[in-house]
Amino acid sequence: MTGRAKAVGQVIAVTAVVGLLVLLGWKLAFGNGGGASAELAGGGTPVAPDFTLPRIDTEGGDLTFSSLKGKAVVVNFWASWCVPCKDEAPELQKTYEKYRDQGLVVLGVDAKDFREDGKRFIKRFGLTYPNVDDGRGSTLGKWGVTGFPETFFVDREGRIVGEVIQGGIDLERNRERYAEGIRLALGDSK
Amino acid sequence: MSRLVIVVVAALVLATAAVAAGPPVQADLEAEIVCPTCKTTLDQSNAPIAVRMKGYIRERIAAGDSAAEIKAQLVDQFGPGVLAEPPKRGFDLLAWLLPLGAVAVGVVVVGALAVTWSKRRSTDGEPSDARLDPELERRLDEELDRFEG
Repeated sequence: MTGRAKAVGQVIAVTAVVGLLVLLGWKLAFGNGGGASAELAGGGTPVAPDFTLPRIDTEGGDLTFSSLKGKAVVVNFWASWCVPCKDEAPELQKTYEKYRDQGLVVLGVDAKDFREDGKRFIKRFGLTYPNVDDGRGSTLGKWGVTGFPETFFVDREGRIVGEVIQGGIDLERNRERYAEGIRLALGDSK
Repeated sequence: MSRLVIVVVAALVLATAAVAAGPPVQADLEAEIVCPTCKTTLDQSNAPIAVRMKGYIRERIAAGDSAAEIKAQLVDQFGPGVLAEPPKRGFDLLAWLLPLGAVAVGVVVVGALAVTWSKRRSTDGEPSDARLDPELERRLDEELDRFEG
Protein backbone atom coordinates (compact mmCIF):
# COMPACT_ATOMS: atom_id res chain seq x y z
CA MET A 1 0.00 0.00 0.00
CA THR A 2 1.34 3.45 -0.82
CA GLY A 3 2.01 5.97 1.95
CA ARG A 4 -0.87 8.15 0.81
CA ALA A 5 -3.42 5.32 0.78
CA LYS A 6 -2.21 4.29 4.23
CA ALA A 7 -2.67 7.84 5.54
CA VAL A 8 -6.21 8.01 4.10
CA GLY A 9 -7.03 4.68 5.73
CA GLN A 10 -5.73 5.89 9.08
CA VAL A 11 -7.76 9.11 8.86
CA ILE A 12 -10.92 7.11 8.11
CA ALA A 13 -10.26 4.72 11.01
CA VAL A 14 -9.55 7.54 13.48
CA THR A 15 -12.67 9.42 12.32
CA ALA A 16 -14.80 6.31 12.82
CA VAL A 17 -13.42 5.73 16.34
CA VAL A 18 -13.94 9.38 17.32
CA GLY A 19 -17.49 9.23 15.96
CA LEU A 20 -18.28 6.13 18.01
CA LEU A 21 -16.83 7.76 21.15
CA VAL A 22 -19.00 10.86 20.59
CA LEU A 23 -22.08 8.61 20.26
CA LEU A 24 -21.13 6.77 23.45
CA GLY A 25 -20.71 10.07 25.31
CA TRP A 26 -24.07 11.27 24.03
CA LYS A 27 -25.77 8.08 25.20
CA LEU A 28 -24.18 8.31 28.64
CA ALA A 29 -25.10 11.97 29.01
CA PHE A 30 -28.65 11.88 27.69
CA GLY A 31 -29.71 8.25 27.69
CA ASN A 32 -32.08 6.69 30.23
CA GLY A 33 -30.98 4.62 33.18
CA GLY A 34 -28.53 7.04 34.84
CA GLY A 35 -29.36 10.61 35.66
CA ALA A 36 -30.22 11.97 39.08
CA SER A 37 -31.52 8.60 40.24
CA ALA A 38 -28.07 7.00 39.85
CA GLU A 39 -26.41 9.90 41.67
CA LEU A 40 -28.90 9.54 44.51
CA ALA A 41 -28.27 5.79 44.72
CA GLY A 42 -24.54 6.58 44.95
CA GLY A 43 -25.13 8.54 48.15
CA GLY A 44 -25.43 12.04 46.69
CA THR A 45 -28.19 14.60 46.95
CA PRO A 46 -28.40 15.76 43.32
CA VAL A 47 -30.08 18.97 42.27
CA ALA A 48 -33.45 18.07 40.77
CA PRO A 49 -33.21 18.47 36.96
CA ASP A 50 -35.23 21.44 35.78
CA PHE A 51 -37.88 21.30 33.06
CA THR A 52 -40.70 23.34 31.61
CA LEU A 53 -43.72 21.36 30.40
CA PRO A 54 -47.36 22.11 29.54
CA ARG A 55 -49.89 21.59 32.31
CA ILE A 56 -52.71 19.14 31.71
CA ASP A 57 -54.63 19.76 34.93
CA THR A 58 -55.54 23.24 33.74
CA GLU A 59 -56.41 24.71 30.37
CA GLY A 60 -53.12 25.98 28.93
CA GLY A 61 -50.01 27.25 30.64
CA ASP A 62 -46.62 25.74 31.38
CA LEU A 63 -45.04 24.72 34.64
CA THR A 64 -41.31 25.23 35.28
CA PHE A 65 -40.01 22.91 37.94
CA SER A 66 -37.54 25.41 39.39
CA SER A 67 -40.45 27.78 40.12
CA LEU A 68 -41.38 25.40 42.97
CA LYS A 69 -38.14 26.13 44.84
CA GLY A 70 -38.89 26.79 48.50
CA LYS A 71 -41.53 24.06 48.55
CA ALA A 72 -41.14 20.36 49.26
CA VAL A 73 -42.11 18.43 46.13
CA VAL A 74 -43.22 14.84 45.58
CA VAL A 75 -42.55 14.21 41.88
CA ASN A 76 -44.55 11.31 40.52
CA PHE A 77 -43.89 9.94 37.01
CA TRP A 78 -46.94 8.13 35.67
CA ALA A 79 -48.95 7.21 32.56
CA SER A 80 -52.65 6.54 32.12
CA TRP A 81 -51.97 3.07 30.66
CA CYS A 82 -50.00 2.00 33.75
CA VAL A 83 -52.10 -0.11 36.14
CA PRO A 84 -50.14 0.58 39.40
CA CYS A 85 -50.43 4.30 38.59
CA LYS A 86 -54.21 3.97 38.91
CA ASP A 87 -53.89 2.20 42.24
CA GLU A 88 -51.64 4.84 43.79
CA ALA A 89 -53.38 7.97 42.43
CA PRO A 90 -55.83 8.31 45.38
CA GLU A 91 -52.90 8.03 47.84
CA LEU A 92 -51.03 10.84 46.08
CA GLN A 93 -54.15 13.01 46.28
CA LYS A 94 -54.41 12.27 50.01
CA THR A 95 -50.75 13.26 50.47
CA TYR A 96 -51.35 16.55 48.68
CA GLU A 97 -54.38 17.37 50.81
CA LYS A 98 -52.65 16.39 54.05
CA TYR A 99 -49.38 18.31 53.56
CA ARG A 100 -50.15 21.22 51.26
CA ASP A 101 -50.51 23.61 54.20
CA GLN A 102 -46.96 22.70 55.22
CA GLY A 103 -45.67 23.77 51.83
CA LEU A 104 -45.64 20.39 50.06
CA VAL A 105 -46.64 20.02 46.43
CA VAL A 106 -47.34 16.79 44.60
CA LEU A 107 -46.34 17.14 40.94
CA GLY A 108 -47.45 14.55 38.42
CA VAL A 109 -45.47 14.04 35.19
CA ASP A 110 -47.57 12.13 32.66
CA ALA A 111 -44.94 10.60 30.35
CA LYS A 112 -45.11 8.57 27.12
CA ASP A 113 -48.85 8.96 27.06
CA PHE A 114 -51.59 10.66 25.04
CA ARG A 115 -52.29 13.97 26.76
CA GLU A 116 -56.04 13.50 26.33
CA ASP A 117 -55.77 10.15 28.14
CA GLY A 118 -53.83 11.92 30.88
CA LYS A 119 -56.54 14.55 31.23
CA ARG A 120 -59.20 11.84 31.51
CA PHE A 121 -57.11 10.07 34.16
CA ILE A 122 -56.86 13.27 36.24
CA LYS A 123 -60.61 13.82 36.00
CA ARG A 124 -61.45 10.20 36.79
CA PHE A 125 -59.40 10.17 40.00
CA GLY A 126 -60.30 13.73 40.99
CA LEU A 127 -56.67 14.86 41.20
CA THR A 128 -56.25 18.50 42.17
CA TYR A 129 -52.45 18.69 42.33
CA PRO A 130 -50.51 20.01 39.30
CA ASN A 131 -49.79 17.63 36.43
CA VAL A 132 -47.71 18.17 33.30
CA ASP A 133 -47.53 16.40 29.95
CA ASP A 134 -44.24 14.81 28.89
CA GLY A 135 -45.42 12.62 26.03
CA ARG A 136 -41.93 12.62 24.52
CA GLY A 137 -40.36 11.45 27.79
CA SER A 138 -37.83 14.29 27.72
CA THR A 139 -37.43 14.31 31.52
CA LEU A 140 -36.95 10.58 32.01
CA GLY A 141 -33.24 10.37 31.14
CA LYS A 142 -32.22 13.33 33.30
CA TRP A 143 -34.14 12.06 36.32
CA GLY A 144 -33.12 8.45 35.66
CA VAL A 145 -36.66 7.10 35.48
CA THR A 146 -36.73 3.47 34.38
CA GLY A 147 -40.43 2.61 34.65
CA PHE A 148 -43.85 3.74 35.82
CA PRO A 149 -44.81 4.72 38.38
CA GLU A 150 -41.70 6.20 39.96
CA THR A 151 -41.68 8.79 42.75
CA PHE A 152 -38.97 11.23 43.85
CA PHE A 153 -38.75 13.61 46.82
CA VAL A 154 -37.29 17.09 46.45
CA ASP A 155 -36.52 19.31 49.44
CA ARG A 156 -37.04 23.06 49.71
CA GLU A 157 -33.52 23.69 48.38
CA GLY A 158 -34.33 21.84 45.18
CA ARG A 159 -32.29 18.71 46.00
CA ILE A 160 -33.49 15.14 45.61
CA VAL A 161 -33.61 13.37 48.97
CA GLY A 162 -34.64 10.00 50.36
CA GLU A 163 -35.03 7.03 48.04
CA VAL A 164 -36.63 6.77 44.64
CA ILE A 165 -39.79 4.71 44.96
CA GLN A 166 -40.27 2.28 42.10
CA GLY A 167 -43.78 0.90 41.86
CA GLY A 168 -46.88 2.13 43.61
CA ILE A 169 -46.50 4.19 46.77
CA ASP A 170 -49.52 2.30 48.10
CA LEU A 171 -47.62 -1.00 48.16
CA GLU A 172 -46.75 -2.30 51.61
CA ARG A 173 -43.03 -2.51 50.77
CA ASN A 174 -42.97 1.17 49.82
CA ARG A 175 -45.05 2.75 52.60
CA GLU A 176 -42.23 3.35 55.04
CA ARG A 177 -39.87 4.80 52.45
CA TYR A 178 -42.66 7.02 51.14
CA ALA A 179 -43.30 8.47 54.61
CA GLU A 180 -39.55 8.96 55.09
CA GLY A 181 -39.23 10.71 51.73
CA ILE A 182 -41.99 13.17 52.64
CA ARG A 183 -40.37 13.83 56.02
CA LEU A 184 -36.97 14.55 54.41
CA ALA A 185 -38.51 16.75 51.70
CA LEU A 186 -40.31 18.83 54.32
CA GLY A 187 -37.07 19.16 56.26
CA ASP A 188 -38.76 17.67 59.27
CA SER A 189 -36.05 16.85 61.85
CA LYS A 190 -38.34 14.58 63.90
CA MET B 1 -55.01 -1.71 -31.56
CA SER B 2 -53.14 1.43 -30.58
CA ARG B 3 -56.35 2.82 -29.10
CA LEU B 4 -56.70 -0.30 -26.93
CA VAL B 5 -53.13 0.12 -25.64
CA ILE B 6 -53.82 3.75 -24.72
CA VAL B 7 -56.99 2.74 -22.85
CA VAL B 8 -55.16 -0.01 -20.91
CA VAL B 9 -52.27 2.30 -19.99
CA ALA B 10 -54.67 5.03 -18.89
CA ALA B 11 -56.62 2.53 -16.76
CA LEU B 12 -53.41 1.34 -15.10
CA VAL B 13 -52.29 4.91 -14.36
CA LEU B 14 -55.68 5.80 -12.88
CA ALA B 15 -55.80 2.62 -10.81
CA THR B 16 -52.29 3.29 -9.41
CA ALA B 17 -53.24 6.85 -8.54
CA ALA B 18 -56.44 5.66 -6.86
CA VAL B 19 -54.52 3.17 -4.71
CA ALA B 20 -51.92 5.80 -3.76
CA ALA B 21 -54.60 8.30 -2.73
CA GLY B 22 -56.69 5.71 -0.89
CA PRO B 23 -57.20 5.54 2.87
CA PRO B 24 -54.17 4.54 4.95
CA VAL B 25 -53.80 0.88 5.82
CA GLN B 26 -53.69 0.03 9.53
CA ALA B 27 -51.01 -2.65 9.08
CA ASP B 28 -48.76 -0.29 7.09
CA LEU B 29 -48.91 2.39 9.78
CA GLU B 30 -48.30 -0.16 12.55
CA ALA B 31 -45.11 -1.15 10.73
CA GLU B 32 -44.00 2.48 10.41
CA ILE B 33 -44.62 3.61 14.00
CA VAL B 34 -42.45 2.67 16.97
CA CYS B 35 -43.78 1.92 20.46
CA PRO B 36 -42.25 4.61 22.73
CA THR B 37 -41.64 2.25 25.66
CA CYS B 38 -40.40 -0.94 23.98
CA LYS B 39 -38.77 0.61 20.86
CA THR B 40 -40.14 -1.98 18.42
CA THR B 41 -42.70 -1.23 15.74
CA LEU B 42 -46.32 -1.38 16.86
CA ASP B 43 -47.03 -4.52 14.84
CA GLN B 44 -44.48 -6.36 16.98
CA SER B 45 -45.56 -5.04 20.36
CA ASN B 46 -48.37 -5.69 22.78
CA ALA B 47 -47.17 -3.17 25.38
CA PRO B 48 -50.08 -1.17 26.84
CA ILE B 49 -49.09 2.05 25.06
CA ALA B 50 -48.61 0.16 21.78
CA VAL B 51 -52.12 -1.30 22.07
CA ARG B 52 -53.46 2.20 22.79
CA MET B 53 -51.60 3.64 19.78
CA LYS B 54 -53.02 0.95 17.51
CA GLY B 55 -56.49 1.92 18.74
CA TYR B 56 -55.72 5.59 18.09
CA ILE B 57 -54.59 4.83 14.52
CA ARG B 58 -57.81 2.85 13.94
CA GLU B 59 -59.89 5.79 15.22
CA ARG B 60 -58.08 8.32 13.02
CA ILE B 61 -58.37 6.14 9.89
CA ALA B 62 -62.09 5.83 10.56
CA ALA B 63 -62.25 9.62 10.99
CA GLY B 64 -60.77 10.03 7.50
CA ASP B 65 -57.24 11.23 8.36
CA SER B 66 -54.43 10.54 5.90
CA ALA B 67 -51.33 8.55 6.85
CA ALA B 68 -49.27 11.74 6.92
CA GLU B 69 -51.77 13.43 9.25
CA ILE B 70 -51.82 10.46 11.63
CA LYS B 71 -48.02 10.35 11.72
CA ALA B 72 -47.86 14.10 12.36
CA GLN B 73 -50.28 13.75 15.30
CA LEU B 74 -48.20 10.94 16.82
CA VAL B 75 -44.96 12.89 16.35
CA ASP B 76 -46.58 15.91 18.02
CA GLN B 77 -47.46 13.75 21.03
CA PHE B 78 -44.48 11.41 21.32
CA GLY B 79 -41.73 13.14 19.33
CA PRO B 80 -39.97 12.14 16.08
CA GLY B 81 -38.66 8.97 17.75
CA VAL B 82 -41.99 7.24 17.04
CA LEU B 83 -41.22 7.14 13.33
CA ALA B 84 -39.50 3.90 12.31
CA GLU B 85 -37.93 5.79 9.40
CA PRO B 86 -36.35 9.13 10.30
CA PRO B 87 -37.61 12.15 8.32
CA LYS B 88 -35.65 13.03 5.18
CA ARG B 89 -34.83 16.57 6.34
CA GLY B 90 -32.64 18.49 8.79
CA PHE B 91 -30.33 16.54 11.10
CA ASP B 92 -32.32 13.33 10.50
CA LEU B 93 -31.25 13.43 6.86
CA LEU B 94 -27.86 12.19 8.10
CA ALA B 95 -29.44 8.82 8.89
CA TRP B 96 -30.12 8.42 5.17
CA LEU B 97 -26.93 10.00 3.84
CA LEU B 98 -24.36 8.37 6.14
CA PRO B 99 -24.91 4.79 4.87
CA LEU B 100 -24.66 6.05 1.27
CA GLY B 101 -21.52 7.99 2.19
CA ALA B 102 -20.06 4.91 3.85
CA VAL B 103 -20.73 2.84 0.72
CA ALA B 104 -19.13 5.54 -1.46
CA VAL B 105 -16.05 5.68 0.79
CA GLY B 106 -15.88 1.88 0.73
CA VAL B 107 -15.97 1.82 -3.08
CA VAL B 108 -13.20 4.43 -3.27
CA VAL B 109 -11.03 2.63 -0.71
CA VAL B 110 -11.47 -0.80 -2.33
CA GLY B 111 -10.80 0.72 -5.77
CA ALA B 112 -7.63 2.45 -4.53
CA LEU B 113 -6.43 -0.75 -2.89
CA ALA B 114 -7.14 -2.77 -6.04
CA VAL B 115 -5.12 -0.34 -8.17
CA THR B 116 -2.25 -0.35 -5.64
CA TRP B 117 -2.15 -4.15 -5.44
CA SER B 118 -2.32 -4.65 -9.19
CA LYS B 119 0.57 -2.20 -9.69
CA ARG B 120 2.64 -3.94 -7.03
CA ARG B 121 2.01 -7.36 -8.57
CA SER B 122 3.12 -6.20 -12.01
CA THR B 123 6.40 -4.83 -10.61
CA ASP B 124 7.01 -7.79 -8.25
CA GLY B 125 6.54 -10.38 -11.02
CA GLU B 126 9.52 -9.21 -13.11
CA PRO B 127 9.50 -9.39 -16.92
CA SER B 128 8.70 -12.74 -18.41
CA ASP B 129 11.38 -12.48 -21.10
CA ALA B 130 14.22 -12.88 -18.58
CA ARG B 131 16.48 -15.60 -19.88
CA LEU B 132 18.11 -18.42 -17.92
CA ASP B 133 21.79 -18.53 -17.27
CA PRO B 134 23.40 -20.40 -20.28
CA GLU B 135 24.97 -22.97 -17.98
CA LEU B 136 21.64 -23.67 -16.26
CA GLU B 137 19.89 -23.88 -19.62
CA ARG B 138 22.42 -26.42 -20.84
CA ARG B 139 21.98 -28.56 -17.71
CA LEU B 140 18.19 -28.34 -17.99
CA ASP B 141 18.33 -29.52 -21.61
CA GLU B 142 20.53 -32.44 -20.59
CA GLU B 143 18.16 -33.45 -17.80
CA LEU B 144 15.17 -33.26 -20.13
CA ASP B 145 16.91 -35.33 -22.79
CA ARG B 146 17.78 -37.97 -20.24
CA PHE B 147 14.24 -37.97 -18.88
CA GLU B 148 12.72 -38.38 -22.32
CA GLY B 149 15.14 -41.22 -22.86
